[in-house]
Amino acid sequence: MFEFLENLGKATRSSFAKLGRSTLFLGHTLTGIGDVIPRPNLLIKQIYSVGVLSFLIITISGLFVGMVLGLQGFYTLSDFGAEESLGVMVAASLVRELGPVVSALLFAGRAGSALTAEIGLMKATEQLSGMEMMAVDPVKRIISPRFLAGFISTPLLAALFSAVGVMGGHLVGVGMLGVDDGAFWAQMQANIDFQEDIINGVIKSIVFGFVVSWIALFEGYDAIPTAEGVSRATTRTVVNSAFSILGLDFILTALMFGDI
Amino acid sequence: MQHSKTQDTLVGLFVATGIAALFYMALQISNLGSYSSNDTYTIIANFQNSGGLKIKSPVSIAGVRIGRVSSITLDKETHESVVEMQIDSKYNNLPDDSGASIYTAGLLGEQYISIDPGPGISGDFLKDKSKIDNVSSAIILEEMIGKFMLNKAEGK
Repeated sequence: MFEFLENLGKATRSSFAKLGRSTLFLGHTLTGIGDVIPRPNLLIKQIYSVGVLSFLIITISGLFVGMVLGLQGFYTLSDFGAEESLGVMVAASLVRELGPVVSALLFAGRAGSALTAEIGLMKATEQLSGMEMMAVDPVKRIISPRFLAGFISTPLLAALFSAVGVMGGHLVGVGMLGVDDGAFWAQMQANIDFQEDIINGVIKSIVFGFVVSWIALFEGYDAIPTAEGVSRATTRTVVNSAFSILGLDFILTALMFGDI
Repeated sequence: MQHSKTQDTLVGLFVATGIAALFYMALQISNLGSYSSNDTYTIIANFQNSGGLKIKSPVSIAGVRIGRVSSITLDKETHESVVEMQIDSKYNNLPDDSGASIYTAGLLGEQYISIDPGPGISGDFLKDKSKIDNVSSAIILEEMIGKFMLNKAEGK
């Protein structure tokens, strides 16, 4: 009984300690961003590894998600004779939800896990302590550029995902199932609002990019510097990112679209 | 640090494609492309019942959309619904004796306001904050069915 209470207390204390560490870490990272701007090469290299290399998986998934939406939407809507609304359905679900959420999940799996493993391994091989020895702040030199790169890349990837998805939906709906081309676009344009839908979708993806980059980098930086510790940290990155993306998505959706 | 020109180019291309996708969404997917100008003026109409009218419902003349509903509130004294509409300022020649009615697009579609241009006897046009007096309320399906049933019952 006492052992149970002891463990409970320990677990609570350590989770609060972790929360505190991650907040301090975020503050440190954000102050380091100012030092990244005079050295854009660091940033470009990270945008390459985080964003450009995720380009393919995002566009291909976007295309297929759009095509599936077109196909499924068509069969449901044709029951009501409302196939012309296919464009609205595909575009609204992509721009509002699937674009930001799925691209952030893919980003966490493709880029977030790589970031954690990279930083964790740097810590395990004592490269980070080495930098400190040379009076180079590893957070400013290593973490901040990666954070900024993730923060910049996610909204762009989400926009790509949605745009390619709409094209995929058009391909299936208009190209294969014979929905009227004009009605597809006209209904979409009449019902998708720029501020309400597109801007809110972009805000969502910015929030997700911030959170995923933060989680990935912190887990790497906070990893136990052993092979096992790094592997656990990588797993935690993917799991925690997925939880926070989906949880935050609910909160953001309730705030943005709740009163409609 | 190894760093190459190709990487710079690829990052540039990536950012450009992302921004292009954003523009594509703004212009092709959303209604931003169909806004010619954001200049609008407000006209007001009091309806006895505004039915299922919502903010952003379309306002049209002869089927052409000229504006949107911007607010729906209740007049506390008359218990009427006060509907404010924002009309695109290029349509600034609506006669001040025009009428407004709430119709439904299709049987189950969304409700919209249709403006019927009046004969323009006074020669004045509707201005910002003008009120339309000649209004007809939304047709409530339940009400109609109720009346129809009542008539049937009385007839027998």
